[in-house]
Amino acid sequence: MTFTDTERRRAEELVARYPHSKSALLPLLHMAQDRDGYVTTDAMEDIADLLGLTPALVLGTCSFYTMFKREPIGKLVVSVCTNVSCLVNGGPALVEALRTKYADDHDVHVEEVECIAACDQAPVMQVNYEFHGPVTSESATDLIEQYKSGALKARTISGSPT
Amino acid sequence: MAAQETRVVTKFLRERTDDSWTFDAARTHNKAYSALEKAMGMEPAALIDEVTKSGLRGRGGAGFGTGQKWSFLPKDVFPRYLAVNADEGEPATFKDHMLIEKDPHQIVEGSIITSYAIQAHHAFIYLRGEFALGADRLQAAVDDAYANGFLGKNILGSGYDLDLIVHRGAGCYIAGDETGLLSSLEGERAMPRIKPPFPAVQGLYAAPTIVNNVETMSTVPHIVREGGEWYAGMGVNKSTGTRIFSVSGNVERPGNYEIELGVTFRELIDDLAGGVSGGKKLGFFIPGGASSPWLRAEHLDEPLDMDRAAELGTMLGSGAIMVFDETIDPVLVAWRIAKFFAHESCGKCTPCREGSGWLEKVLYRMANGLGRPDDLDLLMGFGNTISPGVTWPPGMTTICQLGPSTMSPTLSLNKYWGEEIRARLAKDADRRTTLQVASA
Ligand SMILES: Cc1cc2nc3c(=O)[nH]c(=O)nc-3n(C[C@H](O)[C@H](O)[C@H](O)COP(=O)(O)O)c2cc1C
Ligand code: FES
Repeated sequence: MTFTDTERRRAEELVARYPHSKSALLPLLHMAQDRDGYVTTDAMEDIADLLGLTPALVLGTCSFYTMFKREPIGKLVVSVCTNVSCLVNGGPALVEALRTKYADDHDVHVEEVECIAACDQAPVMQVNYEFHGPVTSESATDLIEQYKSGALKARTISGSPT
Repeated sequence: MAAQETRVVTKFLRERTDDSWTFDAARTHNKAYSALEKAMGMEPAALIDEVTKSGLRGRGGAGFGTGQKWSFLPKDVFPRYLAVNADEGEPATFKDHMLIEKDPHQIVEGSIITSYAIQAHHAFIYLRGEFALGADRLQAAVDDAYANGFLGKNILGSGYDLDLIVHRGAGCYIAGDETGLLSSLEGERAMPRIKPPFPAVQGLYAAPTIVNNVETMSTVPHIVREGGEWYAGMGVNKSTGTRIFSVSGNVERPGNYEIELGVTFRELIDDLAGGVSGGKKLGFFIPGGASSPWLRAEHLDEPLDMDRAAELGTMLGSGAIMVFDETIDPVLVAWRIAKFFAHESCGKCTPCREGSGWLEKVLYRMANGLGRPDDLDLLMGFGNTISPGVTWPPGMTTICQLGPSTMSPTLSLNKYWGEEIRARLAKDADRRTTLQVASA
């Protein structure tokens, strides 16, 4: 999918905020991921075109950052922290339980992440970058199910408001 | 008497928990932007003097004098930029996260004052990508500041112009290093750059740039309002003022506590955070984020003083205190921190890229009872290549501080539990032999 005219105008506005256009690269990648659910090759080519960069350079930057997904991962990204404060408060068991539970669910992508700066609520989980903690595997599953059904409103895969 | 918090930057957000992040609440009940109004009537140089007088040291990790950093800008070189470091990624640090979500106007006000003091017309807040709610609230605060004449052209009729951009990162610890941050802000991989030149001389787009932490920025309005001397009157020695410490791990009441520097670790952990959870004994604690070397019970009565921490061979770093009870295996914690660094090493410098991976692998087998007799010596040996001498303050073979930080857990294991671990490794080795024989 490539930029529509409206999207291109929004992208140009974003670029204009920066003294140097290349600085808009991360915001543009977020914008593309908000729209498509992941960063498509077409989107990277479009962004390259807009910023006057090579697609390889855009990919080079994109692939460095863990929030950018380069293949479809479903509707929900569930990030579970296992860094030290979560480690001693049940983080590893939580990520294992959720991985098992959602192994065959294409809408839910469970990933183990590094400290997400909410250690006073260990163990912590984010669903599309909304914080929840402390959670048990039961309360975490319950929350994920509520996001799936729409009872809780999820942000985009990049964490932008919808 | 039990130690108390001394709330300066967290006073308002603790008092008004329902709406402290809104413009109306901040303006009406917290005099938000009144320090900016005062600052606009002052000369930029006078502002820098006031902050220097306060003794404020950066709250991001390195603890460098804030006023001193600002005064390093080369004279008459423009444009200049301000980049506010809101990338908070040091494990167990969660104070900036709170300030961003709960009091964004304080950060915006501090950033505007700082930009004026250093005569920048473009400022950026580099926000950790995972802080989604933080992004909404910070952007709303910036929009409100524009709408009320505190940002944009001719701020408060002073003739001074400033644009402030909230820039979201995308998941990457090394973007928190000030030069990594600048690379990222330029649309690159967040790879750190060699210093010198320091950012104050050649930073964003090769122009003079000041990088300051969110908590540092949040402190600036208070110093402007109440005066540098008032701030310097709090704290201890060269660690003036108050500071927020994030306490987590095995404690009864994990959370952020703002205390006057000079309070002891014991007071912070026991009086404020409620002590080790479940009535257990303290095993060890990490005083300044995952990058810092560890301390034990014998250090509990030491004061939270940046220079004293250095004498003890560690640092207060990002102000993150991780507490572990006596049942926690220090080798397990060392492995998890090593895993973190192996994941986050940007790959630019060979000692860090390769070394962090080897640390993780060897500590993993040690934590899982499959260590080899000389594993600890092996780690200390190749650690020498990552950080010569394996000591603190560290020797460097890498561009940024991430490299030597990878050695802090191992250095601590060797210092406190060296004999114990070597004995344990000898036993592991016996078992490995049996296992190999059994499976052959
Ligand atoms: C690997 C690494 C990660 C860092 N992460 C952060 C961070 O997340 N937030 C921060 O403010 N400073 C971080 N720093 C420190 C910054 O490089 C810099 O010293 C700081 O932002 C300067 O602001 P201050 O003087 O107000 O503390 C990090 C440093 C290193 C080496
Ligand atoms: S260690 Fe899990 S959020 Fe910090």
